[in-house]
Amino acid sequence: MNYRYRINYSKKEGMRYTSNLDIHKMWERTFRRAKLPLAYSQGFHPQPKIQQASPLPLGFLSDYEIVDFFLDQEMDLSILINTLRNSLPSGIVVNSIIQVDLLEPALQTQTIASEYHIYFLEEFDIKIIVERIQELKSKENINRIRRGKSYDLRPLIIDLEIKQEDPCFLKMFLKSKDNATGRPEEVLSELNIPVEFTRIIRKKIILANELVVNK
Amino acid sequence: MNQEKSLLDQLERILPLVEKPGRYVGGEYNSVVKNWEEVSTKIALVFPDIYDIGLSNLGLQILYENINQREDCLAERAYSPWQDMEDFLRKNKIPLYSLETKAALRDFDVLGFTLPYETLYTNTLNLLNLSQIPIHSEQRGMEFPLIVAGGHATYNPEPMALFIDAFLIGEGEDILLEVIDAYKIWKKNDRSKHELLLKISSIDGVYVPSLYEPQYNSDGTFLNMKIKNKSVPKKVTKRIMGKLPYAPTRFIVPSISVVHNRIAVEIMRGCTRGCRFCHAGMINRPIRERTVQEIIQTIETGLQNTGFEEVALLSLSSSDYTNVLGLVDEISNKFAGKNLTISLPSLRIDSFSVDLMEKLKGSRQGGFTLAPEAASERMRKIINKPISEEMLLTTAFEIFKRGWHTLKLYFMIGHPSETLEDVAEIAALCKKVLAVGVKAIGRRAKVHAGVSTFVPKPHTPFQWVACDQQESIRQKQNLLREQLKGPGLKFNWTDPKETMMEAWLSRGDRRLAQVIETAWKNGAKFDAWQDFKNYDTWIQAFSEANLDPDFYVHRERSIDEVFPWDHIHPGVKKTYLKTEYLNSLSLQLRGDCREQCYACGITQTFNHLRKEDPGIVWKCPNLSSKRSKNELSIPN
Repeated sequence: MNYRYRINYSKKEGMRYTSNLDIHKMWERTFRRAKLPLAYSQGFHPQPKIQQASPLPLGFLSDYEIVDFFLDQEMDLSILINTLRNSLPSGIVVNSIIQVDLLEPALQTQTIASEYHIYFLEEFDIKIIVERIQELKSKENINRIRRGKSYDLRPLIIDLEIKQEDPCFLKMFLKSKDNATGRPEEVLSELNIPVEFTRIIRKKIILANELVVNK
Repeated sequence: MNQEKSLLDQLERILPLVEKPGRYVGGEYNSVVKNWEEVSTKIALVFPDIYDIGLSNLGLQILYENINQREDCLAERAYSPWQDMEDFLRKNKIPLYSLETKAALRDFDVLGFTLPYETLYTNTLNLLNLSQIPIHSEQRGMEFPLIVAGGHATYNPEPMALFIDAFLIGEGEDILLEVIDAYKIWKKNDRSKHELLLKISSIDGVYVPSLYEPQYNSDGTFLNMKIKNKSVPKKVTKRIMGKLPYAPTRFIVPSISVVHNRIAVEIMRGCTRGCRFCHAGMINRPIRERTVQEIIQTIETGLQNTGFEEVALLSLSSSDYTNVLGLVDEISNKFAGKNLTISLPSLRIDSFSVDLMEKLKGSRQGGFTLAPEAASERMRKIINKPISEEMLLTTAFEIFKRGWHTLKLYFMIGHPSETLEDVAEIAALCKKVLAVGVKAIGRRAKVHAGVSTFVPKPHTPFQWVACDQQESIRQKQNLLREQLKGPGLKFNWTDPKETMMEAWLSRGDRRLAQVIETAWKNGAKFDAWQDFKNYDTWIQAFSEANLDPDFYVHRERSIDEVFPWDHIHPGVKKTYLKTEYLNSLSLQLRGDCREQCYACGITQTFNHLRKEDPGIVWKCPNLSSKRSKNELSIPN
């Protein structure tokens, strides 16, 4: 019998330069350091069963990442969270852990959309950005080429908005489905904002079954 | 602190633009971040190659843990940035920084470089320069860190003598701490740098090159090493640990994938086989083992501290570990079913090795590797690595039969007096092994021949011999390429130009410093990498220095030549090396010196250590006083 748990965590500091694949390794090693009774896949090369919701591009920060893992034994959530916190590398902060139904579909297939906040590291003329946003939103198609393939970015954009707070930031709401993921750096490129002059933070991942994600 | 903030701000703009930015941020699990202001003595440990290679270096891991255990010290790390990052650092005038606190390297008290191989020399200069530290020792006053270096390459320190303040010869565990202590006292007293250098030159194993002056004969050969200060030792004897010290267990767990993502446990230090080409085998004597219990404990604690999925048991010759069967049994009992990969490299060529590997289940996804080094009977006698072909073929059959599909065989070409016939035997042997494999498991069987080129090293019986000529090496490689074609065979070789670079640096003298500097100034770096084509830059640098690379590489030394590294004493006597050289010329084999002592001199050199602690586990045979006399009387 397996038990399924879901971690909501933040990705901070230098950890933002750890790729998705290496984050997977990081969790494996963290779980082993924490001596959790991990459930392994069957087969010739058994692997711990770990599922990530939606890959976060290299260099992005996040206040809201989701990973599922499976244990052979049921564990008390407060014990689980404490054990994990003692075994984590710096830059990974566990926000919450819940137990979820074993029969839920794979986490990546549940992911629908992501919210990003983009902060500016250089001075930009916000008025011009606001105008460009309006322009983009009014378009029917935004055809782009990524890795040699052409695609339409427009349907992947759910919402774009400049938040005039202190500091001012760009809020992006993009689809992140398994086969159709809007990438913030693609939108930034359409807005003529160089990605190295921004700090991108994922603020939320929306899952299909929102009831499962207890906020 | 303010400065750090601005560095982090700068990095935030730079890192998205470089390859693998995770190399430059630190924050790894088990890295140690101390409060900069609260610690009196700051040491940066530097591996002058990229993070991916340097991170798993066991020597630096040992020193990192040792130093950080002390409350009065901190140890942080730095590696060579790759070209893209270097360009950004230079463009933005950011001095190279440590990964832990992001402090500029020039703000540390001591920089400790590890130089395991010679092709890191240009990187060392580049790293100093990137740190905005003058590369020449004499140009660095008290405002700059003390620059020390250790590692295998420093057994011939002369090529780097103008750049390094002090070399720490031999095993670094104690000696680095002693240098730190001397530094602390000096810093408190506010004396000159010369006084510091003089002070540390009195520590056993420390070589301060600026206190020595090389002299040469008119033909360019080395005359002797003149001492510039009466108080310094004429010979600097390497340091060893009488008993292997506590093994590190808090391995830094990288947040990005590097070359070796694993726990490394040194099961023993030293080797008794006496292969005449082998630098490590000569300079790491005597042989000292850890107990099975200690190794198991180290693995357990290491796994608990890291969560790693791989363990490497390191030594120069695993099969020679006294209780290797017991070790492997204990490991398979303890760790079976835990989804661990355990590697046991450097196995002897016999079916017992196959038994050992089979017990370490889970590590079978990789190939099986054996190192015959030479294929002809004559060459084996010259290099003193006797193996029988029959034994190799029997072992190979067992390997294929028990489920491995790929067998890697390591050979070396360019051994002294090697002919094309000797080389052709390498190809013939590989084919025989493949035939055995096909017989065992059919067409799935594969043989990979890794053929490197021999480079004569100081402090070995082959320090007198000429390195093979480039044309000759190419001819041999062409022959192998020709003959190792076909299904199931693969052949890897080393570019002869790389071999040349390693060769002139290995047996260089102090005059090479100018060549290294010029080569670096003209762009040479990452000499160990094939991505960088530095050979022509080096040849140009030799010509600017009016030196001939062939003098260092292809010259056979006369038997009584004085070497530029003779004042560095590895514990093994030159007379022993000479005897072994002569034995190679007369095709004389010498056995495993656990069985019989051949008087290399190591027990004499470190007799005091052996006496100090009679319980220590050296595998040199115990000599009766009569035998000891005998040992002394073996002729040169």
